[in-house]
Amino acid sequence: MLDHISVVALAKVFAIGVGAIGPAIGIGLIGSKAMEAIGRNPEAAGKVFVPMLLGMAFAEAIAIYALVVVFTLK
Amino acid sequence: MDNLHIPTIAPEVVFQIGSINITNTMINAWIAILIFLALGVFIKKSINIRPGKLQNACEYFLETLLGYFDQVTGDREKTMRFLPIVGSIFFFILLSNWLGLIPGTGTLKFGHNPVLRPAATDLNLNLAMALVSVMASHIYGFIAVGFFTHIGKFIQIKNFFKSLTKGPIAIFTAFIELFVGLLEIISEIAKVISLSFRLFGNVFAGEVLLSVMAALFAALLPAPFMLLELLVGLIQAAVFAMLTLAYLVVATSVPHGEHN
Repeated sequence: MLDHISVVALAKVFAIGVGAIGPAIGIGLIGSKAMEAIGRNPEAAGKVFVPMLLGMAFAEAIAIYALVVVFTLK
Repeated sequence: MDNLHIPTIAPEVVFQIGSINITNTMINAWIAILIFLALGVFIKKSINIRPGKLQNACEYFLETLLGYFDQVTGDREKTMRFLPIVGSIFFFILLSNWLGLIPGTGTLKFGHNPVLRPAATDLNLNLAMALVSVMASHIYGFIAVGFFTHIGKFIQIKNFFKSLTKGPIAIFTAFIELFVGLLEIISEIAKVISLSFRLFGNVFAGEVLLSVMAALFAALLPAPFMLLELLVGLIQAAVFAMLTLAYLVVATSVPHGEHN
């Protein structure tokens, strides 16, 4: 059987490891769509940038909840 | 590999004044504040209708920033109203992140502890800034749309009582809106957590990355990662400022259905 410390270490690894998958895919999709939009209309690059950053920030927030869980696991 | 120093999550105490612990992140934050103070006093003294080099540079940065802020607010007047909060948050985070990249950070020691450390690796500072930005959004909301209208965005009792006369479907919708409003209260707390931990996580991870790379091979290897950290510092400052601005704009806008 695993002792307490190694279970906690494993839990931390899985919390951030699995928790980062979703936001990573989300941020990738946002980035790819933004690049696509800029490719279609290069003049809109400035206008696309800020909403892209905001969207990425909201997607990233999910990964941050996983990070908070990692820090709170004892 | 004996000198591999992985930074701890809590900032190290360098010295004490009375019973107040002065940590290395506080020193870094105060260096940034003093730089801004000196810059402000210097520009205020030499301000001129025909700008000098320094004034011109500052005006350029401010104009660029205002352009980006206008995209979020959609209106120059609102941008100017929120600039003191959002602009100072942006420049402070940017400078304190970049100050954490100058040589000597993490390596200069006083006693056992490093003297300098990027200010945003202290969760206390990030939490304080996030609390200020979310609280400010509510205070501005109270001022802009009135106390009860702003509270009404979260506790939608008024719409619920209005819907009682409109039949079962309207009551059902209002019931759902009531719970969505209550969920919004939780999302206000989540805003503080995600703002503070985002900045902390990014800057702390960068610091760990740089110290591991410097310990692996000190010549040239950390250079590309330094470049990456320059970018991360700028983007995180921009994200923190833009989200604060977005919260301010949402809080000061009139809730839908109450325009007429």
